[in-house]
Amino acid sequence: MTITSPDPKTATPLVPAAPVVPEAPLEEGQAVTFTIDGIETSVPKGTLVIRAAERLGIQIPRFCDHPLLAPAGACRQCLVEVWAPGRDGNLAKMPKPQASCTLEATPGMQVKTQHTSAEADKAQHGVIELLLINHPLDCPVCDKGGECPLQNQAMSNGRATSRFVDVKRTFPKPISVSTQILLDRERCVLCQRCTRFSEEIAGDAWIDLQKRGAQQQIGTFDTDVLGFAGETPVGASTLDTSGKPFSSYFSGNTVQICPVGALTSAAYRFRSRPFDLVSTPGIAEHDSNGSAIRVDHRRGVVLRRLAGDDPVVNQEWVTDKDRFAFRWQSAPDRITTPLVRTRNADGTRGELQPASWVEAFDAAAAGLREAMASGGVGVLPGGRLTLEDAYAYGKFARVALGTNDVDGRARPHSDEEASFLAHRVAGRTLDVTFSDVTAAPAVLLVALEAEEEAGVLFLRLREQVVARRTRVLSVAPLATRGLERLSGTLLAAAPGTEAEVLDGIVEGASDLLGDAAGALAADGAVILVGERLAGVPGGFSAVLRLAERTGARLAWVPRRAGERGAVEAGLLPSLLPGGRPVTDSGARVDIAAVWGVEHVPAEAGRSTSQIVAAARDGRLGALVVGGVDPADLPDPALARDALERAFVVSLEVRASEVTERADVVLPVAPPVEKPGTFVTWEGRPRPFPQALTSHALPDHRVLHGLADALGADLGLGSLAAVHAELDQLGGWDGARAAAPAVEAGDPPAVGAGEAVLATWHQLLDDGRLQDGEPYLAGTAKVATARISAGTAAGLGLVDGGRLAVSTDAGTITLPAQVVDMPDHVVWLPTASAGSHVRDTLHADGGSVVRVAAAREDVTGTDEEARA
Amino acid sequence: MATTLTPVLSAGWDAPRAWTLQAYEAAGGYRGLRRALGMQQADVVTMVKDSGLRGRGGAGFPTGMKWGFLPPDDGKPRYLVVNADESEPGTCKDIPLMMASPQHLIEGVAITSYAINCHHAFIYVRGEVVHVYRRLLKAVEEAYAKGYLGTNILGSGYDLEVTVHAGAGAYICGEETALLDSLEGLRGQPRLKPPFPAVAGLYARPTVVNNVESVASVPGIVVGGADWFKQMGTERSAGHGLFSLSGHVTRPGQYEAPLGITLRELLEMAGGVREGHQLKFWTPGGSSTPIFTAEHLDVPLDYESVGAAGSMLGTRALQIFDETVSVVRAVTRWIEFYKHESCGKCTPCREGTYWLAQVLRRLERGQGTSEDIDLLLDLCDNILGRAFCALGDGATSPVTSAIQYFRDEFEAGTHTPADVLFPPERSSLFSYTPRHGAALAGAH
Repeated sequence: MTITSPDPKTATPLVPAAPVVPEAPLEEGQAVTFTIDGIETSVPKGTLVIRAAERLGIQIPRFCDHPLLAPAGACRQCLVEVWAPGRDGNLAKMPKPQASCTLEATPGMQVKTQHTSAEADKAQHGVIELLLINHPLDCPVCDKGGECPLQNQAMSNGRATSRFVDVKRTFPKPISVSTQILLDRERCVLCQRCTRFSEEIAGDAWIDLQKRGAQQQIGTFDTDVLGFAGETPVGASTLDTSGKPFSSYFSGNTVQICPVGALTSAAYRFRSRPFDLVSTPGIAEHDSNGSAIRVDHRRGVVLRRLAGDDPVVNQEWVTDKDRFAFRWQSAPDRITTPLVRTRNADGTRGELQPASWVEAFDAAAAGLREAMASGGVGVLPGGRLTLEDAYAYGKFARVALGTNDVDGRARPHSDEEASFLAHRVAGRTLDVTFSDVTAAPAVLLVALEAEEEAGVLFLRLREQVVARRTRVLSVAPLATRGLERLSGTLLAAAPGTEAEVLDGIVEGASDLLGDAAGALAADGAVILVGERLAGVPGGFSAVLRLAERTGARLAWVPRRAGERGAVEAGLLPSLLPGGRPVTDSGARVDIAAVWGVEHVPAEAGRSTSQIVAAARDGRLGALVVGGVDPADLPDPALARDALERAFVVSLEVRASEVTERADVVLPVAPPVEKPGTFVTWEGRPRPFPQALTSHALPDHRVLHGLADALGADLGLGSLAAVHAELDQLGGWDGARAAAPAVEAGDPPAVGAGEAVLATWHQLLDDGRLQDGEPYLAGTAKVATARISAGTAAGLGLVDGGRLAVSTDAGTITLPAQVVDMPDHVVWLPTASAGSHVRDTLHADGGSVVRVAAAREDVTGTDEEARA
Repeated sequence: MATTLTPVLSAGWDAPRAWTLQAYEAAGGYRGLRRALGMQQADVVTMVKDSGLRGRGGAGFPTGMKWGFLPPDDGKPRYLVVNADESEPGTCKDIPLMMASPQHLIEGVAITSYAINCHHAFIYVRGEVVHVYRRLLKAVEEAYAKGYLGTNILGSGYDLEVTVHAGAGAYICGEETALLDSLEGLRGQPRLKPPFPAVAGLYARPTVVNNVESVASVPGIVVGGADWFKQMGTERSAGHGLFSLSGHVTRPGQYEAPLGITLRELLEMAGGVREGHQLKFWTPGGSSTPIFTAEHLDVPLDYESVGAAGSMLGTRALQIFDETVSVVRAVTRWIEFYKHESCGKCTPCREGTYWLAQVLRRLERGQGTSEDIDLLLDLCDNILGRAFCALGDGATSPVTSAIQYFRDEFEAGTHTPADVLFPPERSSLFSYTPRHGAALAGAH
């Protein structure tokens, strides 16, 4: 998109759409000219006949064929008659009909599909009749009925009646492949799309064909045999003859590509008929990849989401989180009206009471005015906003509250990171894109666990790795199964030493680091750095030096959907929209002119931590809080204290820890109930329409009303108004903020019984946006504490023994998983069941924690010893 | 002139302990290898090309030409894989050969490997024949001990490792690409071609896959020369081959004869159809080749003539059935086999054999319908040429050819059970109590 049509007065819109690359004309010698049904066509060499037919609008029926999977030729549904020039140059008919999904077009070939060849038509009718002999006639109760390729193609390319009067093959139904994925084997046509997906795309081949002949079926393999022990799903599954539970972050894709109703999801099974659904395109709100999705709803209720088709971003795949985690938007704890807290007679807080918007705005404005008079107001908008909403928060803070105390980073952060974002990220949209990553000969991941933190990016990387076009390297404390599936090279770095390792990547070094330097020096190499590097002093400075040294391109891949948009919209204390530094007077004038105000605050504001601390100390009298969970902040306890003390205006979708402490709660719309634009980590705008009709207001409209109550005109009362202003604002061609130059800190000193903490979020964990999805939760990985064999031995622990990780704030006890990683490091999932690192330990990656064998474990051992 | 037997591979089978290296050497074994190692590798390939040796596994592809398809040596591994997964109903030539004279195969492997410059050869042997597997293992061990395998073979500087691998019992693994997948430890299902094994076979490296008998014929060619080999057989189907006679024949067994011999001649050698009975139908090359009848007794058993008569030479597995046998019953058993052994990869073979078997069982019980014969023929038409590999095609041959020659028996299947028309005990070579009716209908 352009957010709206480009304004001729501005040089560049704020977040311009990616240019549409026209299809390159075929080069001489690369084109193959042949005919299908008498229509001549030219396609690139290597094109399959079935693809060429699609381009001509000729549909050849198919089941096993999928454009993103390697050809299989298994179902034989796409048979066509083929004539090809022989050695003598004469056209000769191939003796057998050919599978068009495996046949590459060759010059002069003549293909006759079912439309022009009786032989092809008969062959297709024959195959579909055979497919149906063992397929149950349960379409009226099957989830796929109405959108089923088998049903459709049986009608379009099959016999009206079956000649099969014999005994069908049956199976007990269904197998719970996982808590989410169910398999009705009798419906399966054995096209193997699911097994090919799990092997070729996701790389977690947990299911495969078993048995043979008509008894052939999809089943699960013993994970111990495949070496996958240790990452088992939380939920239980019915097991097949030999199997273990199916576990994958991408398993939902198999349901979508199943051409029959054999694979279904527990979340959607028997919930609706496809022809009752209204489909609206959408963008997934769970990560910064901006995956295209399709939202299917019926009478105002979202029933399912499917992967959209976007070749340049997510192709046709999404993570299970993107697909299944949507019920949070309609959870029972949705806030439906504004709420204002009563005050008790003694001045203490009372209860939240429903109020009108006017009452709520007035109450909020009164509290904020009071705070502005006595110190000021801090704004914590959170990292999940659309670009429009993020922009409104920034403008609200600066125009209505007159402060730069606004920071969208609801996670560990640093000033160095803010400088990095202002210097290298803001205003450089589409600098590095998915296409650049997939074309890169080498990709270095720094503080980024692709599968857990950016699922689609993981798939795009893996696609290239499998094709042997890309090599992946990772600076991390341990090689996860995700990195192994990327055939990745681990540049091991204990938490806190990442900067040191990055600085060690120099040409000529004899070890892995020298090798990495060589790989990154190759033309097109890319460095992808995650948000977690903010926890490493000197980390971003070192990454910038590395990019400078090797010439590799650099991109920042945050976890949340709103992070990049927030940077572009200026949700940083030192940054105005479009990468304009707060400290640059020209930038301020620029912005003030667009905003129609005399001036914008000139002093850089407080960061998230500083805002929280100031509110705790009473230096800030009020907080305006968006979608922030205190448990995500670096010090949740401090944040809770701050929320207790300050006057809090909360803009929330659902009741939360913030609304519990808020003085005024203003309900806002979840993504499905508003139009907006997410910005991907690439800086690609991903606009989406409103799917459901709703009375809920987007944040920018609420902020517009609140500003109005404060006597300021935000001018953001409609989406069109926001877009008009964003376009008017355009980009910034002035000076960028200076690069950070922070010295790497000393590695943390680890004493006896201590370890350095490494941590990151699992894709599926206790996040609030996964609420209400028990089937999805069952596919999350069981939380374990990972330690090295050396560390385990030092603690007298064996694999599976219980490890207690503690700080003064608390203790987390998990089963230990012994893996290959540096000694004196312990890894915990950040926010999984039984492991809420920030909340429990008040610690984060790089902190020193105490480790010990858990006491229960010791007694258990003693008892065993006595027995 | 009556054709005579030409025992080459089977010449020493009656020697005491014929399977030992000692016996093989005493009969002149390993002269071929010594000679080959003294030749240029390309010359060995040329010699085999000139001999006209065609693949003995059934398809009859010229062996030397197959070797010639390998891309130029790039110094990286290339492999010879011997297909010893003999599983076709009726086919029983490779297993006796490996039982009686495994060194023949080992010498052939060594010469072939030398010719294609392969340093690691594999023999994929059918897993059920444990005794053959043991003999092969012992034979390889003996060959290593005598320096015919291993490093610096016979002082030539040429190295060769040989691995004998036992399959797990799947007919599909006789298909060369499924065999390669199975050998790699994967599920045995045919691969998409291209790439052909010559370009990307075992472990995605150039690979020659040859039948046991083809490889075992190579030492003889190297010793005797291409012209000696071409003296036998016909112009386009040169050489000697094992003809396996089984069924209602007086002296069943292996008859090694020049290609082009007729069944009439072979039956004469074998003492004819069992006494008091007449030939009814027979397979020229295993159950997946269309059946022949008495009218084909004089068809020369070479690739071209059998093809021209409407069948395939296949593996020269001559199963002889006399007039006591119900064609419907025989065909049903074959289709049960194909149904059981279909790998499941493609729809026509997987579902088609499943359906064919049900229709045939119905006809065998005398409960067929008037549409069933047309249904069978149409199903075969929907399988033939539509399946992923040749096994699906093979499954249709017995049905279509049987209906072609014995349609009336299928028609009788609409009212009379086959075991009433043809009591099974009359076909038996010894007395037994046949299972009737429902008992066999439930078999699967």
